[in-house]
Amino acid sequence: MKQTFTIGIGGAAGQGVATPGDIFAKIFSRRGLHLNAYNAYQSIIRGGHTFLTIRTGPERVSNMGDRVDLLIPLNQDAMNRHLGLLTDGAACIYNADTITPGVPAKGALLCPLPVSKLADISRNKVAQNTLAVGAGLSMMGIGFQSVEEVLTEQFKKKGDAVVSENVGIARAGYDYATAHFEPFPWPLPMTNNRYAVLSGNIAMAMGGAAAGVKFYCAYPMSPSTGVLHWMAAHARKAGIMVRQVEDEIGVVNMAIGAAHAGVRSMCATSGGGFALMTEGLGLSAMMETPVVVIDCQRAGPSTGVPTKTEQGDLWQILGAAFGDYPRVIAAPLDIGDCFKIIPEIFNIADRFQCPGIVLCDLLLSEGRLSVDPKDLDFAPVVDRGELITSVPSTSGSSGDGVYKRYKITESGISPRAVPGVPGYAHTAASDEHDEDGVLISDEFTNPTKRRNMMEKRMRKVTGIEAAVPPPVLSGSRDADITLIGWGSTKGVIEEACEILTEQGIPANHLQIRWLVPLHGDAILNILKDTRHTIIVENNYSGQFARYLRSETSYVPNGYIRKYDGEPFMPHHIVEAVKEQLGGKSRLSVPAHEILV
Amino acid sequence: MATVLVDTKHVAMADLKGKVDPDWCPGCGDFGVLAAVQKALVDLQIPNHNVVTISGIGCSSNFPGYINTYGMHTLHGRALAIATGVKLANHELTVLVTGGDGDGFGIGGNHFVHSMRRNVDLLYIVMDNQIYGLTTGQTSPTSRMGMKTKSMPFGNIEAPVNPISLALAAGATFIARGFSGEQKQLTDLIKQGIQHKGFSFLDVFSPCVTYNHDNTYQWFRPRLKKLEDDPAHDPTDWMAAMRKSLLWGDEIPIGKFFERTDVPPLHGAEPVLNAGPLLHADTRIPPDVTHSFVEELM
Repeated sequence: MKQTFTIGIGGAAGQGVATPGDIFAKIFSRRGLHLNAYNAYQSIIRGGHTFLTIRTGPERVSNMGDRVDLLIPLNQDAMNRHLGLLTDGAACIYNADTITPGVPAKGALLCPLPVSKLADISRNKVAQNTLAVGAGLSMMGIGFQSVEEVLTEQFKKKGDAVVSENVGIARAGYDYATAHFEPFPWPLPMTNNRYAVLSGNIAMAMGGAAAGVKFYCAYPMSPSTGVLHWMAAHARKAGIMVRQVEDEIGVVNMAIGAAHAGVRSMCATSGGGFALMTEGLGLSAMMETPVVVIDCQRAGPSTGVPTKTEQGDLWQILGAAFGDYPRVIAAPLDIGDCFKIIPEIFNIADRFQCPGIVLCDLLLSEGRLSVDPKDLDFAPVVDRGELITSVPSTSGSSGDGVYKRYKITESGISPRAVPGVPGYAHTAASDEHDEDGVLISDEFTNPTKRRNMMEKRMRKVTGIEAAVPPPVLSGSRDADITLIGWGSTKGVIEEACEILTEQGIPANHLQIRWLVPLHGDAILNILKDTRHTIIVENNYSGQFARYLRSETSYVPNGYIRKYDGEPFMPHHIVEAVKEQLGGKSRLSVPAHEILV
Repeated sequence: MATVLVDTKHVAMADLKGKVDPDWCPGCGDFGVLAAVQKALVDLQIPNHNVVTISGIGCSSNFPGYINTYGMHTLHGRALAIATGVKLANHELTVLVTGGDGDGFGIGGNHFVHSMRRNVDLLYIVMDNQIYGLTTGQTSPTSRMGMKTKSMPFGNIEAPVNPISLALAAGATFIARGFSGEQKQLTDLIKQGIQHKGFSFLDVFSPCVTYNHDNTYQWFRPRLKKLEDDPAHDPTDWMAAMRKSLLWGDEIPIGKFFERTDVPPLHGAEPVLNAGPLLHADTRIPPDVTHSFVEELM
């Protein structure tokens, strides 16, 4: 099993959970360590309870893991909720002036800090946080110099006095811990690697910039708002027009307008906003104007649990907009993939002149992952498809009288002229139309023309299927268990497979990235050689299992589902697999033990 | 609206004729609006490829099919949102938005208000017939109180919206009202609206001869008074325009209510567009800039 170290910081919103989290993350990534961070929080600006877990290690870390090594409760509530998570070898650093500890498990260490003796708490309200950071880093065996460096950076905007005050407090915590607490048995290693730490939202926004997105608009909605924030902050440097719009109906239509005028155009929302956008997706399909829409899923239905994760929008996405039309739907597999998937889906949407939907979720959107900067390619292949932005110099003639926007072709793709090109004026319509754009419904309803246009558009599906790679099995073909997942669960399923295999239950893994087209035949071909298959997903009804069955008639041996708003932890899957192998159940719904 | 004249080719009425003839009922007010728009484009000599005519859904929203410019016939109520995207992606285009009162003030009411406060540089022509025509005669947001329709057979009990007052309150920078029976004035208002750099709103009384038997050509003619005939009318005076907008009954003003030229259009307020239309912008962001994006995260 890989060696990792996890810190859990709990407190009320507004108590400053984020800052120690940022400091730890920076120190880890600068030591060349990988990290994964997940913040369980509530839709409240002050109060409530938030619990941030940061897991780090020299190898890739893809999920929050099963264990907390260091707990930092910032209030009594956090102590009461989480002390029970600690097992042998773990420690809890807390403010002994204000927090009464419970009884820890055997081998777990209590590390009380006499906060008022170590810092002037009348001057610095978050002194306990900084003391705990210093103490924790001492116990992890990290030299104080790197602590000082990161604190200096963190507070430099506030002036030298604030920097030296915080460095002083951290030093006091650091020295106190060195003198009084047992260090962790596994000092954090160092590597020569350097990583960027980013959220899925930042990754998708940067992926858009890399793809050549020139227009981005949105209405704020958790957990998608981070995309808007990155875009807005970097718009002028990146040359992107970013607008905040009155509602998501306006968002998708504004994005389609910009796309129609010839630029790559993107928007992001969550399930509720996506519901408002669906009529617009049909417009994109009918006018054959490519647009990319991101849905960052949160727990539904309705307003649901705005700050919690779920994979519950699949059927909404599959059924979005009435009528049949070609589309692509992709679910990024991790935060790094959030970046890569955007240029890929734009190329397909542009080539096939159809909407592209990215189905992300809160876990990736707001989680943090260390990513090798080499994997952030800002010069990916950009294929705009058959786009006419000026009079072709080779033809020597304009399109006057001959250009047909919706020309019937074998591929179903018709060259797309954007407004402003002389000789190519045409009308693009949401009504059914003929090759030249004239509305069929207004000329006279014509079944032959309608059929021809329907078939022209739908022929693009064949091309899309060829352009999108089928999924592949990871791990040994010879396994007792095959776990099937889609999108954001890749990391946790991967780790569950490693644990199962180590425990003598060889497991492999099929993760679906492209939901449409699904490549059902390729999936069946993979699954025919498996012994026991279980579909793992973060929703109640097994939305992907039902989709796979509807496309392929495939029925797995079992299901693992979770719909409590929190992500899977590896042991949830491992234990459920064992339960199902024991024949106890075909459906497991693991309980989330962390009280958040 | 800013216009770039790149072609020296003369623009004639025949160049602007659409691929099909309008399917409006004989006598529909929308014919007059179509003719006035075509005449205005000829007068201003704007080449058809630099014009995008965008509509929603409804009788009047079939407009883009009847004029030979780039056209978009979109979703009910969404034309202004789409037009904003078009204008921001290529602000060298002349953007015309056409539609009806149901499309603009009913289902599209939210976009109407927000497009005006944003001062998007386009001309929005509402062919206001105070009725839903394409759905065969239901009450619209501008139907008068008491009017009997298929959806309110015992008479409308809701007050109508006042589009001119609403536009003034929402911050439109050019606000006018026309009548499809007054071609000369209507053409002139369309030309002014196209040339105005900002959101131009033109509400046009465009009688529905099939479903609206209350607000007919005969009903309008004696009531309409041209604002330009009133020597005291000052279209730079917002309060005076608001007072004029409230006139309804024996006297209904038509003409230019209000114009201000001191507010930059949306595309002029965003430095991202200083280098020219986004359509022509480089797809790639310079490596030093993308490097700085990644450095922030390390």
